[in-house]
Amino acid sequence: MDNFSILIAGKAGDGIDKSSLIIGHIFSRLGYRVYIYRDYPSIIRGGHTFSVIRCTHDKIAAHSDKIDILLALNQDSIDFHKAKLNSKSLIIYDSTSVKSDEGLGLPIGIIIKEAGALELMRNSCIIGAMCKALGIEMDVLEKVFRKDISRETELNLKVAFRGFNEAREFAKVEKLKQKPMGLVAGSDAIGLGLIKGGLKTYLSYPMTPSSGVLHFLAKAAEDFSLKVIHPENEIAVMLMAAGFSYAGDRVAVGTSGGGFCLMTEGLSLSGMAELPIVFVLGQRPGPSTGLPTYTAQTELNFALSAGQGEFARFITAPGDAEEACYWSSMSMNFAWKYQIPAIILCDKTLNEGTYSFDADSLEITNPPETFLWCQKGGYKRYRNTENGISPLGFPSNKNIAVKVNSYEHDEYGITTEDKDITVMMQDKRLRKEKYLLKDLEQYETVKLYGKKDASTALLFWGSNKGPCVEVGTKLGLRVVQPVVFSPFPSKQFKEALKGVKKIICVENNATGQLADFLKRYDINVDQKVLKYDGRPFTVNELEQKI
Amino acid sequence: MENVNLATYAKNTWCPGCGNFAILNSIKAVFGALIEEGLPKEKIVIVSGIGCHAKIADYLNVNSFYSLHGRVVPVCEAIKLANPELKVIGFAGDGDTYGEGLEHLIFAAKRNVDINIIIHNNRVYGLTTGQYTPTSPLGFKGRSTPGGTKEQPLNPLELMMASHAGFIARGYSHGIEFLKKILKEALLYKGFSLVDVLQVCVTFFNMYDYYNSMVYELKDHDPGNYDEALKKIKEWDYNSDSRIPLGVFYKKENPVFEYALNNKKTDMDTKIKELLNDYA
Repeated sequence: MDNFSILIAGKAGDGIDKSSLIIGHIFSRLGYRVYIYRDYPSIIRGGHTFSVIRCTHDKIAAHSDKIDILLALNQDSIDFHKAKLNSKSLIIYDSTSVKSDEGLGLPIGIIIKEAGALELMRNSCIIGAMCKALGIEMDVLEKVFRKDISRETELNLKVAFRGFNEAREFAKVEKLKQKPMGLVAGSDAIGLGLIKGGLKTYLSYPMTPSSGVLHFLAKAAEDFSLKVIHPENEIAVMLMAAGFSYAGDRVAVGTSGGGFCLMTEGLSLSGMAELPIVFVLGQRPGPSTGLPTYTAQTELNFALSAGQGEFARFITAPGDAEEACYWSSMSMNFAWKYQIPAIILCDKTLNEGTYSFDADSLEITNPPETFLWCQKGGYKRYRNTENGISPLGFPSNKNIAVKVNSYEHDEYGITTEDKDITVMMQDKRLRKEKYLLKDLEQYETVKLYGKKDASTALLFWGSNKGPCVEVGTKLGLRVVQPVVFSPFPSKQFKEALKGVKKIICVENNATGQLADFLKRYDINVDQKVLKYDGRPFTVNELEQKI
Repeated sequence: MENVNLATYAKNTWCPGCGNFAILNSIKAVFGALIEEGLPKEKIVIVSGIGCHAKIADYLNVNSFYSLHGRVVPVCEAIKLANPELKVIGFAGDGDTYGEGLEHLIFAAKRNVDINIIIHNNRVYGLTTGQYTPTSPLGFKGRSTPGGTKEQPLNPLELMMASHAGFIARGYSHGIEFLKKILKEALLYKGFSLVDVLQVCVTFFNMYDYYNSMVYELKDHDPGNYDEALKKIKEWDYNSDSRIPLGVFYKKENPVFEYALNNKKTDMDTKIKELLNDYA
């Protein structure tokens, strides 16, 4: 048994989220690679919420519809998820609140009352029972609890042990002979990547699914000497970011589609004034408020075209925690090298998914470097250079005035309406994109998985990496992932598709934005597999659709 | 101040007689004085919005950020928070900051970031050729309101009192010595300061004669007294024909929102590894 899924469910506010992380840590400790999917409604208390913890030998980034162990804290947990069970599945439930004809029922409600524990600690009890049922030693349970639970640890352990002792062993989960990996949420990986890229200031107005990045960085602020600020609205977030960037702070902002709408005027300012700013853009089902707590890949078109006027931008869509970390760091570095805005396209699946994280992926070879003013001679903020990049100076640099401007401007940054200067400056700004594209050749901007010479290509972007790589590999397909969308490395992309006769494109949106985007490069998709109900593909579902 | 060259090569395109000249000349004198008193010129940063006022960024040879319409204040806050050694002065219009970007002004006052906001309040949109602003009097006939406005003007200073601004003043573009004095006091104050300057647009809303007959300088006023300050601020509501007090209405030191300048090098990689250990 080295590929199984555990589903834990209850009401919002029942502590399902925390429990799923504890379960993940238990299996991590046993050498398993873990992926956790969270499903919850946009309410604070009540409603149905669940997490799927999938554990395997090799790294994965997708959940499954087939549940092996169901932990039920209320009746809905069984009623809603029955179809995912098979004859071998085990249900562990609280017999004081749930009716079930099969499985292992424990009077959890009574146990916690007797122990004088809180309702919330039913989770601890059911996790204890799960450990016994799967032949996991009590010692592992205790170690994880002591690390993960800081409040009322002893009481939690007491009810967990009772659950453990009152359960029976049904199966034996073996310890795997490989090094355990830590569990990192996509949001945290983005935050770590930004820090790695030299982040000094993070600005965000809370908005799902990017709030996780704000919370992670606010918590990490002291350790990493960060300024983490939550201003009055997204327009303030954006314009403050412009001010921080001008003053020399590496800065990032986080938002979702609606907030990004409010930021687009400032995005365009970042293009014109050549102020490097990184955007964490958490996509979600739209239009408008849409489904706030669910997933979608809706903003590729928007990210590509947002903001008035024409200017260079860097856009990346990482697919899992390691890529989120790497490309967040690279986004910061490219933004500063080319003095342009950079957008990290992510979504709930990536941000709130929890992944086994390979710490070795933190190494970045050959990071792009910023051109700083050499502090000699006169200074022109917008010096017209061969590659369009003007050396950066900052206010408080001696004997110079650093003038940035949202109007068209000359090399000093003074407003102009001169036709020749206008053309010169527009060309200078756009030229940077060509150099960036060339620069990108040394990095892996298009990734290949599965059978690399297969004539059918499974094409995907962003958080669909997990199900697509897993299913594509299983079916013997050539799996292709563009990671960078602007400037688009079309040469590398066409190389990856060489010899392909059929392209299947998988996306979490209703129109197939990647498929449409590729038409610009004379690449035609044969089959679109689209899902736009707010839920990510499970591996079984995707396999069926292909 | 002759020693300090604060001019640029940009050609000044304000209308002859524009009140903006008084603000430009006053701030030049104040900058000159502060530089002579030891403030390094490279520590001065000015920010402007969009409108006639904003051209001041092109006319002063200091660090500048020519921002977007309504977005002077958040840029000022960020620059100051990024580098607390900088002296940050935002120039904004009344349409710009009392209209388009009002929320930022309220929050900057509430937060008390150590920045100085100077409003070129001509009570009309000049660059877009004559429409009403949040401080135009009731019945103002502009190009978007040919029948006259049907809404009361805002008293921005009263709003600043409610937003916990620690320094609130009013100046006038006629009488440059007094304006210089107010601006210098604002720049030396630690915390958020707002100076509303009645700046006359000679082309679209020439109020020189009116203001000259109405304004007076505050005398024997205690700016530390909240109730007194509010009373004086409410003496003129930007609408009715009453006397218009000029000077510093309110001045109180409050805790400032700031981050200490941080140049220490953190070993990021070690810290990241430590953090990842917590995730196991």
